[in-house]
Amino acid sequence: MTALLEVRDLQVAFTRRREPDTVAVDGVSFDVAPGQVVGLVGESGCGKSVTSLAIMRLLPARGVRVSGSVRMDGTDLLTLSGSEMRARRGRDLSMVFQDPLSSLNPVIPIGLQVTEVLRRHRGMAGDKARQAAAELLERVGIPDPRRRLDSYPHQLSGGMRQRALIAIALACQPRLLIADEPTTALDVTIQAQILGLLSELVRETGAALIMITHDLGVVAGLCEAVNVLYGGRIVERAQRHRLFATPRHPYTHGLLRSIPRLDAPPGEELEAIRGSVVDNLPWAHACAFAPRCPRAIETCTEVTPVAETSGGRLLRCHNPVPANAE
Amino acid sequence: METSEPLLDVRDLAVHFPIKRGLVLDRTVGHVYAVDGVSLHIGRGETYGLVGESGCGKSTLGRAILRLVDLTTGQVTFDGVDVAQLKGEQLRTMRRRFQMVFQDPMSSLDPRQSVESLLTEGMKAHGLSRGPAADGARLRELVDSVGLPAGALRRYPHEFSGGQRQRIGIARALSVEPDLIVADEPVSALDVSVQAQVLNLLGRLQSELGLTYLVIAHDLAVVRHVSDRVGVMYLGGLVEEAPSQELYDDPQHPYTRALLSAVPVPDPELEDHRERILLTGDLPSPAAPPAGCRFHTRCPWRQPTRCDDERPALRVIAGAPAGHRVACHFAEDIRSGRLQPHRVDVEAVDDVLAPGAVPDLPGSVTEILGR
Repeated sequence: MTALLEVRDLQVAFTRRREPDTVAVDGVSFDVAPGQVVGLVGESGCGKSVTSLAIMRLLPARGVRVSGSVRMDGTDLLTLSGSEMRARRGRDLSMVFQDPLSSLNPVIPIGLQVTEVLRRHRGMAGDKARQAAAELLERVGIPDPRRRLDSYPHQLSGGMRQRALIAIALACQPRLLIADEPTTALDVTIQAQILGLLSELVRETGAALIMITHDLGVVAGLCEAVNVLYGGRIVERAQRHRLFATPRHPYTHGLLRSIPRLDAPPGEELEAIRGSVVDNLPWAHACAFAPRCPRAIETCTEVTPVAETSGGRLLRCHNPVPANAE
Repeated sequence: METSEPLLDVRDLAVHFPIKRGLVLDRTVGHVYAVDGVSLHIGRGETYGLVGESGCGKSTLGRAILRLVDLTTGQVTFDGVDVAQLKGEQLRTMRRRFQMVFQDPMSSLDPRQSVESLLTEGMKAHGLSRGPAADGARLRELVDSVGLPAGALRRYPHEFSGGQRQRIGIARALSVEPDLIVADEPVSALDVSVQAQVLNLLGRLQSELGLTYLVIAHDLAVVRHVSDRVGVMYLGGLVEEAPSQELYDDPQHPYTRALLSAVPVPDPELEDHRERILLTGDLPSPAAPPAGCRFHTRCPWRQPTRCDDERPALRVIAGAPAGHRVACHFAEDIRSGRLQPHRVDVEAVDDVLAPGAVPDLPGSVTEILGR
């Protein structure tokens, strides 16, 4: 199986003068096969968004140090020049952001923002581009697309804006779509619409999808492979059925037990994970999660756990939850 | 649960915000019907959960109960007193007994006040201060009860993490020994792993202090977890109300069904085989709510004429327990399966007045107030 995207040992550090670097993403490696849906899950500050921005080369040039490689079709995206990357962005890989209101230009009609991509990458112009844009809007389920071409972003609802953003991202049929918390700003019924739309479009166009979210529920229904991030590193990776049935990393395990579930009897005490991310230890000589971990042993605060793969599951833990525990 | 008379009894509460236009004349050109005829009651020691999507009026309802926004009509009886009629000093004194915990602990805590000063302010205002020694002990007890170290008292809000700030917000509400706490989205600004800590804390405090809660949230799983009874709101009205387990086992209103089926569950087996009721379109503008049943524009079970013309009232349908009320004309037929869902075509939500006059699409009060 050849991968569409190979991320190897990606590290992103934010540098400041006279202060130690902040390492946001540390040694992240994963593959995305053509047409595959891969999830990156974690809480705020775990590095999931920085990972996606690094893949898209959207991080600022100054004050950021990126190392490792991101290969797509054999080319390392990290070594491309600015103009080469611009030619690929939108055409080969594109992105849907969390907040559609701040990622759409507020003073330009939706139609122009869709045709911009078509003009740039597919050389369309005039009525033809407009026609194609209307078809795209219709495809993502925007009612009355011809009229909506002339609407400004503020005239659309949150769900419609997100649909418009998806239309822009898919305008050139990219082979990889990165969705960064695409439904977090939306209500649940609208979230269900958007998730349904995304998985339908991915199935239809054969594009691969990297889904970035903090919501394990979203991942459970959508992603084939799930990467759980903590403190900038992948701590566990498995196929979704295995991950949810037998979470091995104490963080994944704790996270699954701490969320109130719709199908669980109400009123039970939740098993909360103690502390918060501010308690993290540096990965350099410990496990970052150790101070919050109920299974922490002495080694955890002294030795960095390495990622080990066995039977299709990656695990970075000294004292994982036993496989048969439940 | 409904032992004696309820602590809080809300009757036909409505809050309509005027939409004004014009520089000099300041004409009122319409109203946002944020809350439109809600009746509910909350027993002592009970937790009532209000759930709904943004723009449904749940926050406004909570604020109206606390008199933080003016009621247009309706009655709010708190422990036998009609709060809606209270003014000035009487209202101020009464406010000690109902407190609020806000969504965003950073913007609801004054960054220039230390935790100690935040917590004593309310005590002083309500004459609960009993001299420095007693107050000091009380403060230590307060921070301890919400799981913060005593050293937290001398620190400032920015020195804490989100979860800890929310604990401070809860301690502040508790400082005046209230009976009722209205918690508006108490955990939605927090990370998943921290949410559980705060939810457990709220539960523990309730059993220790005998508090009554009104928990307002958009997350049905959270609301169902903490609440004894749950009310589901849609466009300013309650569409269903039931004990929380009952609501999950036997949702009767089409909107509740759709809401339940839309909440993602972290279980791939379940997700793969779940039956989803996908609603089409968006929430209509609360400035021009649809006539008849407010949900009819998106309802997959809508029947001709009656749904469009007559607004259904909350009622108990045959075979359901007394505490389970639903506002749907055809709840029996939907429940028995005699009515099957049909396709709903998306209606483009049209701007009611001239574009820009109103927050022309679903705007929640949180957003409008934030503007």
